[in-house]
Amino acid sequence: MTAEPVGARSRTGYDAETLAALTADAEQITARYPDPRSGLLPMLHLVQSVDGYVSRDGILFCAEQLEMTAAEVSAVATFYTQYKRHPNGTYTVGVCTNTLCAVMGGDAIFDRLSEHLDVGHDETTPDGSITLERVECNAACDYAPVMMVNWEFFDNQTPESATEIADRLRAGQDVTPTRGAASVCSFKQTSRVLAGFPDGRADEGTGAGGPTLEGLRIARERGWTAPEPDGVDAAGEPAAEVPPETGTAQSSAERKPTTTQDEKPGMPDASEPGERTEGSDD
Amino acid sequence: MTDMLTPVLTDTWDAQRSWTLESYLDHGGYEGLRAALAQDPADVVQAVKDSGLRGRGGAGFPTGMKWGFLPAPDGGPRYLVVNADESEPGTCKDIPLMLASPQHLVEGVAITSYAIGCHHAFIYVRGEVLHVYRRLLAAVQEAYDAGYLGTDIQGSGFDLEVTVHAGAGAYICGEETALLDSLEGKRGQPRLKPPFPAVAGLYARPTVVNNVESIASVPGILAKGAEWFASMGTEKSQGHGLFSLSGHVTRPGQFEAPLGITLRELLELAGGVREGHELKFWTPGGSSTPLFTAEHLDVPLDYESVGAAGSMLGTRALQIFDETTCVVRAVSRWTDFYAHESCGKCTPCREGTYWLKQVLHRIEAGEGTGPDIDLLLDLCDNILGRAFCALGDGATSPITSSIQYFRDEYEAHLDGRGCPFDPARSTLFDDTPEAPPALAGAGGHR
Ligand SMILES: Cc1cc2nc3c(=O)[nH]c(=O)nc-3n(C[C@H](O)[C@H](O)[C@H](O)COP(=O)(O)O)c2cc1C
Ligand code: SF4
Ligand code: FES
Repeated sequence: MTAEPVGARSRTGYDAETLAALTADAEQITARYPDPRSGLLPMLHLVQSVDGYVSRDGILFCAEQLEMTAAEVSAVATFYTQYKRHPNGTYTVGVCTNTLCAVMGGDAIFDRLSEHLDVGHDETTPDGSITLERVECNAACDYAPVMMVNWEFFDNQTPESATEIADRLRAGQDVTPTRGAASVCSFKQTSRVLAGFPDGRADEGTGAGGPTLEGLRIARERGWTAPEPDGVDAAGEPAAEVPPETGTAQSSAERKPTTTQDEKPGMPDASEPGERTEGSDD
Repeated sequence: MTDMLTPVLTDTWDAQRSWTLESYLDHGGYEGLRAALAQDPADVVQAVKDSGLRGRGGAGFPTGMKWGFLPAPDGGPRYLVVNADESEPGTCKDIPLMLASPQHLVEGVAITSYAIGCHHAFIYVRGEVLHVYRRLLAAVQEAYDAGYLGTDIQGSGFDLEVTVHAGAGAYICGEETALLDSLEGKRGQPRLKPPFPAVAGLYARPTVVNNVESIASVPGILAKGAEWFASMGTEKSQGHGLFSLSGHVTRPGQFEAPLGITLRELLELAGGVREGHELKFWTPGGSSTPLFTAEHLDVPLDYESVGAAGSMLGTRALQIFDETTCVVRAVSRWTDFYAHESCGKCTPCREGTYWLKQVLHRIEAGEGTGPDIDLLLDLCDNILGRAFCALGDGATSPITSSIQYFRDEYEAHLDGRGCPFDPARSTLFDDTPEAPPALAGAGGHR
């Protein structure tokens, strides 16, 4: 392997302060793995958190940290769709157009957004706010059609709700995912979390949306449970057996079958996840 | 007789702040780890073997047996890698599990690691689910702080480090050996097997790769017993599983049931196919499993029965499509997906998916001709069984099965006729005529 020289002097164009911060973060990343090379993917997320894409400097930085050649780093970076080769918008708006979402309305949503923003797949609005993408199935099919903003879930979208979210993003207003943090952070901040640096927001938002709880809701309603294990002394069972107080989130008795998180007025998709969005507002 | 739905993993999901350790402990969390640490590791492996648990990531390989394949300890490291890449189209169970209750997985990781003698485990989660990654990082940190991970876990002398690793967008990284290459900081391309990961996996060391739901099912087995787990399901497909209903159903979502439940039963619970419409086709286990139709409503959803009916249980990703859906459009879009995600390592898949996509696009556009249908079948024949990994095989499933059941519909597209369906009728938000026509089929990934 022909490693690039790693020395006190970096070939990257980063200023001393940025380089020092990046280097300290990179050390934390490689310390997570038995082999530092395993840190390459998080490190690429890290350089995106500084530059907003995988820049030439970012590639050189990773190469220097891991004693690889720039070509080797590039070969990895280009394999994965989340690493951007051009400066990304502040927000990646990704519409799922895999079959199920496409059929349920994802194609119509993508087309409307594309027209509204006047950009195509993997293009960025001139103000640099939004990069529009078609994305593949994002493991949220029970919330179809699905849109991701900086990889936060916006479930059960319509063309109207999607364009409204895009308009808010362009106007610099906060948007709230249906299942995610209280607001969507920037692409750079997203990339920093993906590099493995928590932003302290894990406790924000919901644990589950309506469809996630649909089977459980029915089981609670009908008193269905998994079998009791034989020979287990019920008295010795932990507190799990104590029924939750009515009216708390644990209670199935007084709880509406919805956990829609959108409490912001004017935000789309305030529909109850237990039902489908049936409006003919298109 | 067990109830129709059996919440085990889902049982904690409606709790307040269900994702926290506190909530998990309130619901009996870490009882399984306590039970495991009191036993010999070999007995933990035996319990999982006895339970009949089979891999929930698609292939259904017996989990305990997989653990048993690790060679005898040689003093060097052994690894557990959890496959949390969930990207198979239609599959949407692991991501909500980790969002709602990541401690189920963390406890499973601790038990499994103890059983197989692993001291550094990895959770490889796809990078496109930011909040899930946040929750996993927090869950692991909470478990460290409470002494369920780290050194001398619960005074047992057992040490375990866990790293949660975010991927960067590539379906193929769900294939276990591609995942290992990706975790080593490389392009995610499948490796030649053998050697299997059990012998030479991560860093060429003995490695167990298991799906999120498989590992999350382990704590229950330890806490409640192998017999308890095996009391659910069918004779050969035991235990509980998450069934994910999506698409044209009244109330889509996650339904946790014993293996062997049927789509008819699940649909009843989900309020049926959306009002005024009827079932046309569905996937039993994601887009890589051959399509089923209304004639398969009563097939028990267990490994054997689904296999005998010509498909695969896969990930129990039941994508439901009603009669408004054009099967050619659906299959063409899945084919775009496979062509986009083909890693390029082997020729049948790299070239084959490219050609399948071209032919399907021209059929959709009305530019197909008579021989195109057989051309598709011929292409599939040249991929199936000849590709380096199962992605290539999977790409052929929707095509061959849809031609088997809906050849007429393909023919209706040919010779300038184009698609006879109005895509606006399939969407959720509209059945009304004033809607602008959605540009269906114009899409597809480049
Ligand atoms: C193209 C492809 C994608 C896959 N994606 C996943 C995935 O996202 N999650 C998963 O658990 N298994 C996936 N698998 C299956 C894995 O290779 C492997 O069988 C599984 O993780 C083993 O875990 P299990 O025995 O617990 O099911 C995929 C397989 C292929 C061929
Ligand atoms: S079958 Fe496709 S994804 Fe698998 S190795 Fe071959 S080219 Fe790669
Ligand atoms: S198809 Fe869109 S999330 Fe699965």
